[in-house]
Amino acid sequence: MTATLAVEGLKVAIGAANVLRGVSLALQPGEVRGLVGESGAGKSMLGRAVLGLLPANATIISGHIAFEGRDLLDMRETERRGLLGRRIALIPQDPMTSLNPVKRVGAQIGSLLRHHLGLSKRAALTRATELLTEVAIREPDRVLSLYPHEISGGMRQRVLIAMAFACDPGLVIADEPTTALDVTVQRQVLQLVERLRRRHGSAVLFVTHDLGVVAKICRSMTVLHAGRVLEEGQTADVLARPRHPYTRALLAATPRADRPAEALRPVPPALIEQLWSEAHRLDQPAIAGPA
Amino acid sequence: MAELALASPVARQSRLLAGLKRGGARLWIGAALVAVLVLAALLAPAIAPHDPLEQDLMSAQLPPAWMVGGDPAYLLGTDSLGRCVLSRLIYSARTAVAVALIAATLAALIGVALGLFAGSFGGWVDQLISRLIDVWMAFPPVLLSIVLAAVIGAGLTSVIAAIVVVDWTRFARVVRAETMVQLTRDYAAAARVIGMSRAKLLRLEILPNLVPLLVTLLAVEMGIAILVEVILSFVGISVSGDTPTWGSMIAEGRQIVYQAPWIMALPIVCIITSVIGLNLLGDGLRLALDPVQRS
Amino acid sequence: MSDILLRTSDLSFGYPQRNGLFRKPALREVIKRVDLAVPRGSVLGLVGESGSGKTTLGRLLVRLLQPTSGGIQFDDVEIGQLDEAELRPLRTRIQMIFQDPQSSLNPRLRLGTTLTRPLGVHGRLRGQRDQRERAAALLDLVGLPPDCADRYPHELSGGQRQRAGIARALALEPDFIVADEIVSGLDVSTQAHILLLLKELRARLGLTMVFISHDLSVVRVLCDDVAILHHGEVVEYGAVARVFGAPQHAYTQQLLAAIPLPDIEPGWLDDAPPAVTSQQQGSAA
Repeated sequence: MTATLAVEGLKVAIGAANVLRGVSLALQPGEVRGLVGESGAGKSMLGRAVLGLLPANATIISGHIAFEGRDLLDMRETERRGLLGRRIALIPQDPMTSLNPVKRVGAQIGSLLRHHLGLSKRAALTRATELLTEVAIREPDRVLSLYPHEISGGMRQRVLIAMAFACDPGLVIADEPTTALDVTVQRQVLQLVERLRRRHGSAVLFVTHDLGVVAKICRSMTVLHAGRVLEEGQTADVLARPRHPYTRALLAATPRADRPAEALRPVPPALIEQLWSEAHRLDQPAIAGPA
Repeated sequence: MAELALASPVARQSRLLAGLKRGGARLWIGAALVAVLVLAALLAPAIAPHDPLEQDLMSAQLPPAWMVGGDPAYLLGTDSLGRCVLSRLIYSARTAVAVALIAATLAALIGVALGLFAGSFGGWVDQLISRLIDVWMAFPPVLLSIVLAAVIGAGLTSVIAAIVVVDWTRFARVVRAETMVQLTRDYAAAARVIGMSRAKLLRLEILPNLVPLLVTLLAVEMGIAILVEVILSFVGISVSGDTPTWGSMIAEGRQIVYQAPWIMALPIVCIITSVIGLNLLGDGLRLALDPVQRS
Repeated sequence: MSDILLRTSDLSFGYPQRNGLFRKPALREVIKRVDLAVPRGSVLGLVGESGSGKTTLGRLLVRLLQPTSGGIQFDDVEIGQLDEAELRPLRTRIQMIFQDPQSSLNPRLRLGTTLTRPLGVHGRLRGQRDQRERAAALLDLVGLPPDCADRYPHELSGGQRQRAGIARALALEPDFIVADEIVSGLDVSTQAHILLLLKELRARLGLTMVFISHDLSVVRVLCDDVAILHHGEVVEYGAVARVFGAPQHAYTQQLLAAIPLPDIEPGWLDDAPPAVTSQQQGSAA
């Protein structure tokens, strides 16, 4: 079975700084994988590399990204753009800046549907209504006629989720979609993503810094630091028996509402220093040594 | 501790260098042009080859030295009364610099003060000052100058007064808006929680944040002041008598533009260069001074 | 000297809203009849989601805002209706740490200046040498190297800026500090450092704190008591262990259930209890 997403040895630099240092990752069809890391770990960069949305001053030094067996980096720009939004979708972090503030919700969903699925205006409207119902928005007709600033943050995120799944994607990259949301809204949004994922059979790469979110929605997880994969595996295994000291440290530093205060332990700075020097050593050209 | 590893070098010297680098070509070119202007004004008696008022009717309307019929004694030629154009241009810089400095500074002082009051007090103070600004901005300085000239007599004083009286509004409006924005920032709230008085808050916390803005405004205003003076001396309301100004040189040169085009063209070049220099310098300083701004 | 350092009684705050051209403006209530009692030396967590009014309540407690009705008693003195001049001496005892140190530290001033500004305002600085020493002492208190005093806020990392914000709040050696969402948006490791720093400072300096957060897990780490705010009203209030262990109000239960703990929990993604509607308000018994 071809992996939905296969990333091999991806090295990306922005200017002189290396942001991804040989990341490898594979997603099977329908798999939900959490990509966990703190800020600067490179998790957003990986998502953007897959989507072809790296900043202008970023260079892909080496590595491969394959979607359903097709090499994304080698692909022609037009072909790749045909995939984006349709077979590979994005649920972004900030719903306010991701929706066009001067276009009504209906117009935005409509142009997406017409562009990728070639639907007529009327068919697009019907489909848009269906999509909003799918993400549990009541009165979809009314919402379609509103502007983004006229609906709540949670509802905006639902609209983005609807748009992501609109064209039956094989892969959805969710880039910290619940970080800015209230915790009760977050739960609803996660439930929604799960429901839609199951319905469409999409694989999801869930980028987040929150180990709790990973535990609830991701069957498997990858831990990233300084652009390197430190640990990966089934979420249940990684959380119960973390192998890498960084993973253990992250878990110990995560406050828990069900545990008393004494349990919190900060990540030892020595560990972070060690990880960074390991990462920097990777940046040096390989020195030939004894075989 | 790795968390404490600081991102960028911060010795005083390297911050200065970083600022200069941020200023870039604009800063250097602008500074150079403005330096030429200021030096010309300051050192006029020393560097002008001739007395700008000295007439030599035998050498009237000589073209610049490099053209046919030119005289190396008069590098940029002479006007219809045989006065050295180069010397007159240099001496004109004195008027330009004087007007630019005095008018712009006064307009800035008044405008910034009123803008700060309007922005921080709000309420009827703001209403009053804003309406004042609205009305005042409608006055064209040239017209006002003519009126002032009629009342207090023509001359540099009425030129400067006219510019100040109209252009303070430019500063006030911008400073008012920016003050209101800065007051919504948490550091302003933090200052109030500490117990800072309003006056101290404006002076010590808000004003430093207005510096990049003010630098640009001041430079632009100086350019505007020069231009207004040129217009007024063109129509003869500015400095009296024979004192050379670029505006009056243009007025004279206009009459004989076909016979001696350089007499009108050269002051125009000086004006353009000065204004561009000031704008570039203002822009460059803004970039250099703002430690928060990143390329 | 009372045991309760800060008390609010029936505290309310609203914004006037235009009610047509001729009628008196209506009051849009943001904080509704809040009763709090913070014992000396304890930490009260104030939890709420967006729109709950927690930031407004925080600003009321430090008198950045004036209550529209109700009272605030600090050390048995009513401060709710005092004017700026009367509040000024109290400012040395009540301080605030703001959420976004990027905007709460003056971007154009060096840290040393910002940290010692409170001292300067209250006439406690004795010259430049004193200023440098105090700045170094404050930086040391929060674990920052002394050369930070010469830096600008944007030259520091997020965690370092937050520490600087804490240091500034401590400059006047206050009795009472309101911390407004000071660890939101920080990485887990940075957050843990800051929380432990606060615990240590609280113990060392005998601080009384109100800790505002939307994150119940963080509140658990730091706070003795917790008040749950919903639409401007306190719907539950009590000791942390009790509220977390046996929540009474439906909203509290909903909040706690919504927290994703890093444990595998099949069924968590199945339908949650229905959302609290505006009809279901009212404090816990």
